[in-house]
Amino acid sequence: MSSPDVPTRGPARSGPYIITGILLGIAIVVPLFVPAYSVDEPRLAGMPFFYWYQMSWIPITSALVGISFWIVSREDRRRREAVRGVTSPEEEP
Amino acid sequence: MSAGSVPLAAPDRPVNGVALAIVILLFVLVAVLGFFAARWRRGEATGLHSLDEWGLGGRGFGTWVTWFLLGGDLYTAYTFVAVPAAMWATGAVTGFFAVPYTIVLYPIVFLLMSRLWSVSHRHGFVTPADFIGGRYGSRALTLAVAVTGIVATMPYIALQLVGIKAVLTVLGVGSAGNVLLTDLPLILAFVVLAAYTYTSGLRAPALIAVVKDLLIYLAVIVAVIYLPIKFGGWGNIFDSAETKMGTVNPATGKPTGIFIPGAASYSAYWTLALGSALALFMYPHSITGVLATKSRNTIRRNAAVLPLYSLMLGFLALLGYAAIYAGTKPIDLNGAVNPQLVVPQLFLDYFPAWFAGIALAAIAIGALVPAAIMSIAAANLFTRNIYRDLVRPEATPRQEAQVSKIASLVVKFGALIFVIAMDQSAAINMQLLGGIWILQTFPAIVGGLYTRWFHRWALFGGWAAGIIYGTVAAYNVVNPVTKANFGGSIAAIPGTNIQVYIAVVAFAINLIVAAILSLLFRAIKLPDGQDITRASDYGADENDPKVAQIQRELPIAEPGGPTY
Repeated sequence: MSSPDVPTRGPARSGPYIITGILLGIAIVVPLFVPAYSVDEPRLAGMPFFYWYQMSWIPITSALVGISFWIVSREDRRRREAVRGVTSPEEEP
Repeated sequence: MSAGSVPLAAPDRPVNGVALAIVILLFVLVAVLGFFAARWRRGEATGLHSLDEWGLGGRGFGTWVTWFLLGGDLYTAYTFVAVPAAMWATGAVTGFFAVPYTIVLYPIVFLLMSRLWSVSHRHGFVTPADFIGGRYGSRALTLAVAVTGIVATMPYIALQLVGIKAVLTVLGVGSAGNVLLTDLPLILAFVVLAAYTYTSGLRAPALIAVVKDLLIYLAVIVAVIYLPIKFGGWGNIFDSAETKMGTVNPATGKPTGIFIPGAASYSAYWTLALGSALALFMYPHSITGVLATKSRNTIRRNAAVLPLYSLMLGFLALLGYAAIYAGTKPIDLNGAVNPQLVVPQLFLDYFPAWFAGIALAAIAIGALVPAAIMSIAAANLFTRNIYRDLVRPEATPRQEAQVSKIASLVVKFGALIFVIAMDQSAAINMQLLGGIWILQTFPAIVGGLYTRWFHRWALFGGWAAGIIYGTVAAYNVVNPVTKANFGGSIAAIPGTNIQVYIAVVAFAINLIVAAILSLLFRAIKLPDGQDITRASDYGADENDPKVAQIQRELPIAEPGGPTY
């Protein structure tokens, strides 16, 4: 006999995870697509495009990860509340 | 001139008194902080007598402390010295890839690390190899991951010493003539570091990281605003870099470096960035930083705010170009050109002595934080996965903490001997190999976070194949100037002439071997190990009960149910 695997979270809704996956996918793939930015012009304050474009992806990635965090933590909270609502009466003997 | 008595005509580097005094002052301040850290947020009941307390700082670091700790842990002194050095010497592909590397790092961390945190929190895992042991029930695979982690970390610690050495050299401390005199300040710094790591554990680098990070931000922000103004704008700086990179190097007959990568360098550039990003959080010291956090979401929140360090690293890399315009001469004690001295020298040349002192101290202290965390991480691996798993399975938490403390000393002195006794390039070569090796633990660790599809022996086979290919391929890279082996981390994909980061090819081979062997071993029904984790463990948060607690309440708990 084995104890049941008490879930820590309720079932996932796929929507938030798909959106997060797309956002994070953009943050991984776009900065690695070198042909899009390995050019000198246009320069920004004397800085070639190659350099300032990549630097500008740092805050963009930060924002994408931040939005992902917001979406996922909301869904996470919902899943935890769902499981607590169902199992807590049974856990209390 | 008595050329006989002084074999290498060292340029007379005057000791910069003011800068040196500032460096020493800040170093002492940080040492005091390191010892004080033992009292910070100390667990009342046990003190520091368990790995959770000594090795993971009580597993209670919140968002702010983690931000400083991981910032200090990942962006090491060597990074601050080596990235601008690479920019100065050979340009964008070897240097600026650090920017896309530290961009794509954070989405990857976001995806992977909270699952690792959850399962480790539930089961009390301290090291990545602990997780492998619990997930696959395989002693061989656990040992492979632990040994890879220790071996990859050792040269990384040694390189932190190289960072301190660069600072001491430009300050005029040490001489080419006397080996002991050259290395005495370094030894002294390391003994102090070892002492407070021993007494305070992970709390010491966590506190010191706050000071170090504030200093380094100050130094970089001031330099990035002041130097371009002084040099007449970024345009001048980039133009001089473009000229240098385009100049033909007489030793190789090729251009000195790459200013903007052409089509032939695309694959090298992005594979270096991606491979390094995948590898970084397989390093034990990164995972130690993750497991020391308070809750499942701490690391995810940090993934959104840590990129601020990447921005700083990007500007710091550009200081390598600024040094080209400035005509900085990074001459080592033995009279040879050492690119690693470029940024320290730049600060010393263009800033008042007191400010240069702050910047140099930031780099030197920046070496202490990762060195401490790395030695703790390696010590934890030794304690949990070699000492406890193989020697004394019944070791108590108190004994584990004691063994780990001693192991951290051994690891640090090993690194010290490495740097003093061997050529600096040996440490750099080993670090290069370490990056290739550590990525080979990725399929077992990350695969295990999501699936038990891979067979434990297949993962072991993949790991071995990746290590062998990576080592051989790296050995075969010959430096075009010195003709030495281990000349770089870029090689062609076998059978093609597409130049890529060796670690990525080794990783692909690893995955393919692991997948094929998994199918084979499942077909012949080779026994797979016992999995003590459950699906629910991977989503657990700080308030969910730990496994020890569940087993107390449900004593007949039988682990190894189906996992998804």
